[in-house]
Amino acid sequence: MFSRAYKTVVTVPPLVWVTVFLLVPYFLMFCYSFWSVSPAQAIVHSWNFDNYKELLQKTVYWQTLLRSMWIAARVMVFSLLLGYPLAYFLSFYAGKRKDLLYQMVIIPLWVSYLVRAYAWKTILGSDGVLNTLLQYVHLTSHPLDFLLYSPFAVVLTLTHIYTPFTILPIYAALEHIPRSLVEASHDLGATPTQTFWKVIFPLSIPGVVAGATFAFVLSLGDFLAPLLLGGPSGIMISNIVVSLFGAAYNWPLGAAISLGMLVIVVSLLFLSERLEKKWSFS
Amino acid sequence: MGTERLDHQPPYRRRVNTVFQSYALFPHLTVEQNVAYGLRVAKRPAAEIAQRVAEALDKVKMTAYAKTKPSKISGGQQQRVALARALVNRPRLLLLDEPLSALDANLRRQMQVELKSLQREVGIAFVFVTHDQEEAMVMSDRIALLRSGELEQVATPREIYSRPATAYVAQFIGHTNLLKGDVRGGVVRCASLTWATSLPDGQALFSLRPEHVGLVGSGAGVSGGDAVRVRGRVLHQAFHGATELIRVECAEGLVLVVRTASGAGVQNEVELEFSPADAVLVRESPERK
Repeated sequence: MFSRAYKTVVTVPPLVWVTVFLLVPYFLMFCYSFWSVSPAQAIVHSWNFDNYKELLQKTVYWQTLLRSMWIAARVMVFSLLLGYPLAYFLSFYAGKRKDLLYQMVIIPLWVSYLVRAYAWKTILGSDGVLNTLLQYVHLTSHPLDFLLYSPFAVVLTLTHIYTPFTILPIYAALEHIPRSLVEASHDLGATPTQTFWKVIFPLSIPGVVAGATFAFVLSLGDFLAPLLLGGPSGIMISNIVVSLFGAAYNWPLGAAISLGMLVIVVSLLFLSERLEKKWSFS
Repeated sequence: MGTERLDHQPPYRRRVNTVFQSYALFPHLTVEQNVAYGLRVAKRPAAEIAQRVAEALDKVKMTAYAKTKPSKISGGQQQRVALARALVNRPRLLLLDEPLSALDANLRRQMQVELKSLQREVGIAFVFVTHDQEEAMVMSDRIALLRSGELEQVATPREIYSRPATAYVAQFIGHTNLLKGDVRGGVVRCASLTWATSLPDGQALFSLRPEHVGLVGSGAGVSGGDAVRVRGRVLHQAFHGATELIRVECAEGLVLVVRTASGAGVQNEVELEFSPADAVLVRESPERK
């Protein structure tokens, strides 16, 4: 159907792209993770499992990983709790305003992540909008310091940033539900609440799984929000990787952690795809 | 319905169930769970649900597919499940919204017969929406003919066919000749045709079925001395199996459609006759948007 030349032109660039920007870096990272650093701060190209042993033995890495997962899990839950009703409203009740509201979900994505993270800093800081307001209405006499530089600030910011990523797949899933099914459910005597839980929600599960995966995976690997707003108690695993590749100059250990993260994320994506398939009925 | 007003109740409280055009089976539930849906949301006891679902599936001969998902069964089978899902709730009225329009002609005829016998068995009223005139004729006890949302006539199929109330009904169901006549002094005049009538003076519109027009001398002619006769030239002949429809042009631009037995060797020039009693007075249908 297509000429050989056409096929070559179409397939080669993506292959080159994936090889140069994905496979080669991963391969290098894989190699680094089995190397080590000499006392003189040089990479020693001798193969060993020392980095992985260190990872398993030092509790700081485990704790940070667990904290990162705990933060990501909360972001996931809050994004779903915020995103689902919004997507549901958008799909079923927005009517003529649907397109406008949909754009309003998208627009925050145009604004740089950094700007949005900084915005929270000005809101949550001790001289920030929120504290000033709370003191002005005499709900508190001195600035609340848990608002900024805490896991709370990280969860809040990441929830704000990643909620659109949960809204979009849930919205898409809801849009795919034939409205005749809703009609049929009412016809068979189901109340609107029963219809939601027995028909609409089960059929939107693939979207929920996709949205949850986005929120969790993106939050898990995030390092800007904890860097700007997390403080010492809000450090996440990516911050450790960044410092290992930077100030600490321990690329091999950083590579080992990165590969560990990669395994976790790929397993999650695999699991999520299985779940989505199990619940899709098109 | 009965003495109840339905339009004041939310749909989920009406004892009316619907079979949708697209069947609208729940794709995430099995055939059995689909049928059980109405009983489950009504919170019937589990034993009763199991029993009634089994009965309903048996009635539509779908027991073998109870554990199957709707996407794995054919259109005709989905249709039966949709029926079972509606009937299991023992509605007092069943609405069927063009339920057979997605099926092929053979399956369709088969389902028409099955639906009819099922309706007799459960003994409730079925309101069957269809665009297929033949289907309406075959299946109904009464036909309500709607045009742009307004009722044109409600009657038995026989009456709709033999005594259409309006020109629209006459044309919509089967073929007909619409004759616009002038009545004066007990005589109808339509082009070169005339016949006696008891109608008052003025304009009148008549529907004359092609099978009520005969060919003079073919043996299938019209009896009675008051038969109206007219000569004409055959324009077109269409084969319809057992019968043929012939368009005949008569004097003064009048064109009549005549139904004859197939193979009744028709010449170019024919003489037609019909009995005035078969020209049914119909109301003019106003143009609607």
